[in-house]
Amino acid sequence: MRLYVDHKRCSGCRACQVACSLHLFRENNPKKAALIIAPHFPAPGAFEVQVCTQCGQCAEVCPTGAIQQNDRGAYAVDPDTCIKCMACADVCPEDMIFTRPDVPYVWKCDLCGECVEACGTGALWIAE
Amino acid sequence: MLYGYAGHILRVDLTSGTVSSEPTPEAVTHDFLGGRGLGAYLLWTEVPRGADPLGPDNKLFISTGPLSGTFFPGSGKLDVTTKSPQTGGYASASMGGLLSAELKFAGYDAIILEGISPKPVYLFIDDDRVELRDAREYWGMGSFALERILKQRLGEDFQIATIGPAGEVGVKYACINHDYGRQAGRGGVGTVMGAKRVKAITVHGTNGIPIADTDSFIGIGKTAFKACKEAEALDAWIRYGTMTVTSWCDRNGALPTRNFQAGSFEHGPSIYAPVFRDTIVVTDKGCFGCPSPCGKYAHAPRYDIYVEGPEYETNGMLGSNLGLSDIQDIARANQLCDEFGLDTISTGGCIAWAMECFERGVLTPAQTNGLDLHFGNAEAVFALIEQIAHRSTWLGDLLAEGVRVAANRIQQGSEAWAIHVKGMEQSAYDTHSATSMLLAYMTADVGAHHNRAWAITYDIAVGRDAVTPEKAAKVIELQHIRPLMDALGCCRLQWVELDMPLDLYAPALAALTGVERSWDDLLHISERIWNLTRMIWVREIEGFGRAWDAPPVRFVSEPATQGPTAGKYTPPEAAQQMLDYYYEQRGWSREGIPTPETLARLGLSDLVEAFMK
Repeated sequence: MRLYVDHKRCSGCRACQVACSLHLFRENNPKKAALIIAPHFPAPGAFEVQVCTQCGQCAEVCPTGAIQQNDRGAYAVDPDTCIKCMACADVCPEDMIFTRPDVPYVWKCDLCGECVEACGTGALWIAE
Repeated sequence: MLYGYAGHILRVDLTSGTVSSEPTPEAVTHDFLGGRGLGAYLLWTEVPRGADPLGPDNKLFISTGPLSGTFFPGSGKLDVTTKSPQTGGYASASMGGLLSAELKFAGYDAIILEGISPKPVYLFIDDDRVELRDAREYWGMGSFALERILKQRLGEDFQIATIGPAGEVGVKYACINHDYGRQAGRGGVGTVMGAKRVKAITVHGTNGIPIADTDSFIGIGKTAFKACKEAEALDAWIRYGTMTVTSWCDRNGALPTRNFQAGSFEHGPSIYAPVFRDTIVVTDKGCFGCPSPCGKYAHAPRYDIYVEGPEYETNGMLGSNLGLSDIQDIARANQLCDEFGLDTISTGGCIAWAMECFERGVLTPAQTNGLDLHFGNAEAVFALIEQIAHRSTWLGDLLAEGVRVAANRIQQGSEAWAIHVKGMEQSAYDTHSATSMLLAYMTADVGAHHNRAWAITYDIAVGRDAVTPEKAAKVIELQHIRPLMDALGCCRLQWVELDMPLDLYAPALAALTGVERSWDDLLHISERIWNLTRMIWVREIEGFGRAWDAPPVRFVSEPATQGPTAGKYTPPEAAQQMLDYYYEQRGWSREGIPTPETLARLGLSDLVEAFMK
């Protein structure tokens, strides 16, 4: 299972990112989300949504076993085991491993589906 | 802990070039919530009576609301309040986009711009790093062009508000622009920003917004998003946005046509929503946290320009009201206004008045500098927009003052063609035959703007020319609900267009802030704000009273010329009777002044007395 996106349906509102941060951190903060919206304005006028494809390369290189597949089929980070060595970020082909100085671990999409639920335009869905 | 708020207000003294941060006053959030309520409180308490709107004593208050930036549908609204250079009274303009949320993420509920900078500057905010930076190289630039440059230099993550040349040269209805097509449009808020020599505000924030009861707030937020997503109207609304109103207005005699001479346009179908969607829309574009994006970003190939819109108001005011019947021409006029930083509604009202003056021989070809100002001449419209924005010709300079001032200078009967209330040009609903909507325009707290009470559907439901106390009550009810959203920092359209239940707002706010308030409590606060903004008019305008609520002359004296309302107008005594009903129900005097009892009931007595002088 993975998250899919129809870029053309995205309106750039970021409700998905707020829902994501509330799930991952219980924090209303879209800057701590596990997906990215890249606006392309003024021309050509389009939104590009970057999401994790759950390829699993991060889990393969994690030295502490902090990234494991969960029951939704997503590769999820265990914050307690992660040492923030960034090996996962180095190999991620989509740049979908996130961190910042005030968070002592990395985070990524764990396929919770909260973004899909919040999106009003049907731009996001989870499928095989 | 002030839950639901960022907790600080940023004060920028432009005269000395210093910035400081102060705690958001908790008591004020209890009495006025935020957004428009906070702005009204600050304008009342911080701007001295009689301040020159373009002088150092006036201030520009840029305020988020408690719901701004949160997990609640449509939480992307920002309020900009000031003393209006256009009307001389209260101005409050609402803007969508991403700036409101970003400001809270940076740690600020509001920005206060005070004084006047000795040179052009822009305000740089990156969390707690705040600087006034030199903007001399940007002075004179258009809004899209500047936003693009600032994003290239600072980063795509910055949210940016700008003024265009119109704000720099003091056009009285200059707007503030953001996110390639969102505006705080009305009342000259961009004019005040320009007078302060602030060319742009750039914001980047990385903080969260504290929530009192996270589980409850997430639960209510999910219910609210679900209600929007399951709404029957959602698909059509997303497809067409506000443009969907065009055909409805045309059929119901509400589409302003040739300076409101009629409410129906013979070329109407050529500017309806499907034509727009199918020929020029590139993508839907939503404000922060919006499940039902009405923003339509378009590309007009004939002019090779990008523009967000036209949305309905612009379509009416720069389209049918100017006799333009080609959607690409209207898009071009829209884009010019955006780039120059002009409010499209007032610009449309001013040009329509000039066109009528021209057709009636009151403005001569010599006065128009050779422009053929017949209705329908798109090239003349484009040229005149530019002349207004730069005040570069006699006529452009005249129209930059707004229709009230322009008509008072030209006279010769043209005062009756100046469609305004309190000096603000009327937005895009014809009110020859719609007594609630006419009353809504007469009594709107900023001048003739529709967003406080969109009552025209009620007129049609109960009899459009009826004069009843119930109609006044409906206007008051709407004037409490809709502006409440502007105090909460969220959009009203999820409720208006998708029927998202109103009973979600009070529980959402309670879970977010930890302060229990019922829906009736919120409406009481909204009524308090409404009365305080009325007192701003009373304080700032010598002799303010009933005459300032007068309807545009045309709607009470001249029949509509075509369409379903042809031959109809509202008898002047009917408009006055509506005003009587309204004042009585509001607890205002026959002159439209809140009585001491009304102020006491709303807990405003001390606040009004302290700052009335």
